[in-house]
Amino acid sequence: MKTLAELVEIRDRMKEKVALREGLGDKRIVVGMATCGIAAGARPVLNTFVSAINESGLSGTVSVTQTGCIGICQYEPVVEVFEKGKDKVTYVKMTADKVARIVEEHIKGGKPVKEFTIGEVK
Amino acid sequence: MIRSHILICGGTGCTSSGSLAIKDALALELKAKGLEDEIKIVMTGCFGLCALGPIIIVYPDGTFYSRVTVSDLSEIVEEHLLKGRIVKRLVYNDTVEEVDDGTHVSLNDTVFYKKQKRVALRNCGYINPESIEEYIGMDGYMALGKVLTEMSPAQVIQVMKDSGLRGRGGGGFPTGMKWDFAVKSVSDKKYVVCNADEGDPGAFMDRSILEGDPHAVIEAMAIAGYAIGADEGYIYVRAEYPIAIKRLTIAIAQAREMGLLGEDIFSSGFNFDIQLRFGAGAFVCGEETALLTSIEGNRGEPRPRPPFPAVKGLFGQPTIINNVETYANIPQIILKGASWFASMGTEKSKGTKVFALGGKITHTGLVEIPMGTTLREIVEEIGGGVPNGKKFKAAQTGGPSGGCIPASNIDTPIDYDNLLAIGSMMGSGGLIVLDEDNCMVDIAKFFLEFTVDESCGKCTPCRIGTRRMLEILEKITNGNGTLEDLDKLEELAHHIRATSLCGLGQTSPNPILSTLRYFRDEYIAHVVEKRCPAGVCKNLVSYEVVPENCKGCTACKRACPVNAISGEVKQVHIIDKVKCIKCGVCVTKCKFNAIIRK
Repeated sequence: MKTLAELVEIRDRMKEKVALREGLGDKRIVVGMATCGIAAGARPVLNTFVSAINESGLSGTVSVTQTGCIGICQYEPVVEVFEKGKDKVTYVKMTADKVARIVEEHIKGGKPVKEFTIGEVK
Repeated sequence: MIRSHILICGGTGCTSSGSLAIKDALALELKAKGLEDEIKIVMTGCFGLCALGPIIIVYPDGTFYSRVTVSDLSEIVEEHLLKGRIVKRLVYNDTVEEVDDGTHVSLNDTVFYKKQKRVALRNCGYINPESIEEYIGMDGYMALGKVLTEMSPAQVIQVMKDSGLRGRGGGGFPTGMKWDFAVKSVSDKKYVVCNADEGDPGAFMDRSILEGDPHAVIEAMAIAGYAIGADEGYIYVRAEYPIAIKRLTIAIAQAREMGLLGEDIFSSGFNFDIQLRFGAGAFVCGEETALLTSIEGNRGEPRPRPPFPAVKGLFGQPTIINNVETYANIPQIILKGASWFASMGTEKSKGTKVFALGGKITHTGLVEIPMGTTLREIVEEIGGGVPNGKKFKAAQTGGPSGGCIPASNIDTPIDYDNLLAIGSMMGSGGLIVLDEDNCMVDIAKFFLEFTVDESCGKCTPCRIGTRRMLEILEKITNGNGTLEDLDKLEELAHHIRATSLCGLGQTSPNPILSTLRYFRDEYIAHVVEKRCPAGVCKNLVSYEVVPENCKGCTACKRACPVNAISGEVKQVHIIDKVKCIKCGVCVTKCKFNAIIRK
């Protein structure tokens, strides 16, 4: 190790990885992963969220977890976004393709993607 | 892409309850479900709640599973990792208390962790101790970088002095002052030594730090080397700590690989390297001069001080020798500042202290608390109290060098000076809880047996004096003691304390003196009434049948291993006191409280 900068570089790279153990961040993306969710394709949705959050460097503040059946199996895959002090937002009939917009507009921009939410999707 | 980390405790406690088998089985299970690219298994150091091992924690949600077995794993993988449904029956009780949206109480809010403040243990149970990168991810080696690039050795020592850090091995000597002595000893060769020869019965603080965060110790030793002008360090660790040795070996190799040990670290011109030395388990080698003698290749015997090691230590050169836990605090003091550290604790004892909780306590394990926390908080809150509804009698701190804190002092804030004032000592941090079933004379005898065994034999007061004290204690517990023996014991204790060569002998009377001070009535009961109030000392105990309670069920008669009980069905039974070996099994078999121990 010749310079402090080298060390800082390793630290920053590793910090992201260890951040997962900091617990749940301010924002939580929860993917329904009961039998109904998995059958409807929740796994790729979950994995796309994890990649998207990591790539955008948000892993310290946003966590991605799964949950069981929410009770609206016909709308699976269901993804809920919890944020402190705000009402939860429920996205339904999710696909991996929809993830990028949610991360960009909702998670980063703070504006839910209304057309994907439970009130809008038919 | 990894979405979840599963932390499995790889400390000694959980390893012995089977965590390695769990790791292997879990890896297979993840593979079978095709989850191996999404979920990462991390072996960590001790989480502290050893009583509940094997422990695994699932992140990011932080679910804390306790007493996990291999047969539970498929359920955890299937339900929790795949479907996100927590396996409630395995979750640590205190964390179950569901709030609104399916999350549960965070581990940090449970009684066991809430009052703890983890400084020395901050990475234990959090990072993989075999990965230098994870340590760096937790700001590891940043303190060494800061010291080498921004600070002068004098500044480092000033920070240590300002922080108020005192030696965690038991003596409580101010670390900054010790380093300053070594700086002032002029020599072109100096040494930094880490005392990892943890020998107190029931203590495993240093072991857990070495197993859970070995790099913290290595980094701190390099900082110490820079501060005093040493380029060589030794870690003296007991050979009985195989996991600690393995992780230290890996950690040193990784640090060398990355150039964090070796030559010209951070292009500062500073060189430092560390070697390991294994102790063969002699308790006296935890005494600093005996430890240094042992590193030199000689029989581990102490030598007189002064000269202190800071003046004339290893191979006759100025040497600083600090304990593992002391070192583990140092990188954070450098990074967060002396005033941060000094803001924790009491006036004369700053920071935190790690204790190994053992004995009659619900949460056997490892805790780190700010100095000044009361014994009551440790025992009743963090430790979960004395199990089986028994009454707290005393806490033994400091191992064979320490003493007992009686229930009347349970509200004493724990720091170096308070413990000395009440006749005990901090020691390295073993804390053994005793309840009403413990005989205090027997406890003193237990520690004296240990000291007699471990005395190196170099000086007479310790070699012969401790033996004589033990003989008197044996006489008392056998029912042959006299009141005069108590006076003799006290006199002998004071002489041994005053005249022994090293700390082992000087402190060996402490268990006797402190029990005599607080539990003299128990000694007197043994001597005068020939009775052991706790019913421990076998020669003073007898078992009798209470005729009015005995139903003549024969349960005791059938259980007695030496046929000492006679009596017909539905007749009152009788115990033959000559035949009786006082095993007490009859008491446990009797459903009518008809047998009493006197």
